[in-house]
Amino acid sequence: MDEISKMVRDYIVREYLEEGDEREVTETTRLISGGIVDSFSMVSLLRFLEKKYSIHIPDDAATPDAFDTVQSITALVRRFQKAEVGSV
Amino acid sequence: MAFIDAVRNGYQTEIKGIRSAGLFKDERYIHSPQSSEIEVEFPVGSGVKKCINICANNYLGLSSHPDVIAAAHAGLDSRGYGMSSVRFICGTQDIHRELENRLTEFLGTEDTLLFPSCMDANGGFFEACLTERDVMIADRLVHASIVDGMRLCKAMQDTFKHSDMGHLEEKLIEHQDKRYRMVVTDGVFSMDGDIAKLDQIVQLAEKHNAMVFLDDSHASGFIGRTGRGTQEHCGVLGKIDVITTTLGKALGGASGGCVSGRRELVEMCRQRARPFLFSNSVAPVIVAGALKVLDLISKTTERRDKLEWNTTYWRGLLKDAGLDIKEGESPIVPVMLYDAKLAQDFARDLFDQGVYAVGFFFPVVPKGQARIRTQLSAAHEKHHLDTAIEAFKKVGRKHGILGLSKKELIARFEMQPVA
Repeated sequence: MDEISKMVRDYIVREYLEEGDEREVTETTRLISGGIVDSFSMVSLLRFLEKKYSIHIPDDAATPDAFDTVQSITALVRRFQKAEVGSV
Repeated sequence: MAFIDAVRNGYQTEIKGIRSAGLFKDERYIHSPQSSEIEVEFPVGSGVKKCINICANNYLGLSSHPDVIAAAHAGLDSRGYGMSSVRFICGTQDIHRELENRLTEFLGTEDTLLFPSCMDANGGFFEACLTERDVMIADRLVHASIVDGMRLCKAMQDTFKHSDMGHLEEKLIEHQDKRYRMVVTDGVFSMDGDIAKLDQIVQLAEKHNAMVFLDDSHASGFIGRTGRGTQEHCGVLGKIDVITTTLGKALGGASGGCVSGRRELVEMCRQRARPFLFSNSVAPVIVAGALKVLDLISKTTERRDKLEWNTTYWRGLLKDAGLDIKEGESPIVPVMLYDAKLAQDFARDLFDQGVYAVGFFFPVVPKGQARIRTQLSAAHEKHHLDTAIEAFKKVGRKHGILGLSKKELIARFEMQPVA
């Protein structure tokens, strides 16, 4: 798991799993469709990513699909990191 | 546009998908007033069957109380059927203000504003009172109407793990840069029946300079020694900045809701809350009935005391029967089944045994958390509960679930794809 994926995974475990919840979160674990993150609480993950990686994720990119796995979230972060670099 | 065949077919496919997923909800037609025993037509077109009702929000048994009905009749006669107006044009009668003042007194707040429903109160409050400079920090299991209301507001949204005070405190610290912080919670959570740690929430709110919003719809009238709700139960009467609650559950069961709390917050709703500004005034008949309800519950606590006895008794019966229930003190007692199809089959089989309860499954509760949500009423007598538990045991035996742990239940009924 690369650094971004690990950071994202660790945040999800800390922010969303209740004490005693032994579910494993891998790169491909379904987060939203699997009921770990719901659309209501997704906002704090979005805010974490934007703050941590100094990026802006527009509303139309912050979809349940894009946030459904650590893998897809990592891809999203990389995409907007490139966009930030490109805009400088 | 015309509802052309392609559009119709598209929606029919969507509806078929809901059925295929085992998530379709059917209505049942009730041919009697709401009570501990009701007459039900299900499926549609079949004969009417008498059942014990164990799934209503009729906590104090006042939905069909003769004194409430008489007061409603008197209200119809003296104040008419409807106002045909929103409140601020020509929709406010003296009895609206009387009810608001009575609710203020009952809840121990500074002012109250009626809404057509608590759904509307929750829908309108946040947008009226908070801006993009503020933050709302909500328990993750707050009612859907609060989620909708928060989404309409430009303030930042955040959430904390259900009833996790450590996590709440982290969020309060994180958001100290905001103008106002508002902690948002239900008093009694509608799906699990657990009670918010409101005393700790108030403590944290005071420590970190935040307001507290409480939806007490499943508590007003019967939680707390005199039925003042979760704030009374948790020893924080008068410390909640805003309470929303409904007249559609314990407080009469018809309709209507309110925002009650700090004078300035209530005034902001009066001036700016869209459901208040753009929706019809609460009908006089409802107001008259609600005033009588407040009379009845302010004179004596016998109804909430009986409800408390029924709750303790019922919880004991379910546990002794070997059913998996969510622990708690409130009269909301979920019988956990986890699998959506099992919940539906169980409810149908209970109905065959003369007990009316409904299966709850996604999206009302998270996937894999299906249940039968039983709810007690002061209208239940002991014999109702003794009869109901025999039905639960019979159906439980039929499905082979009595005495099974959560793990065993889930393993036994792992969700299969539905053809």
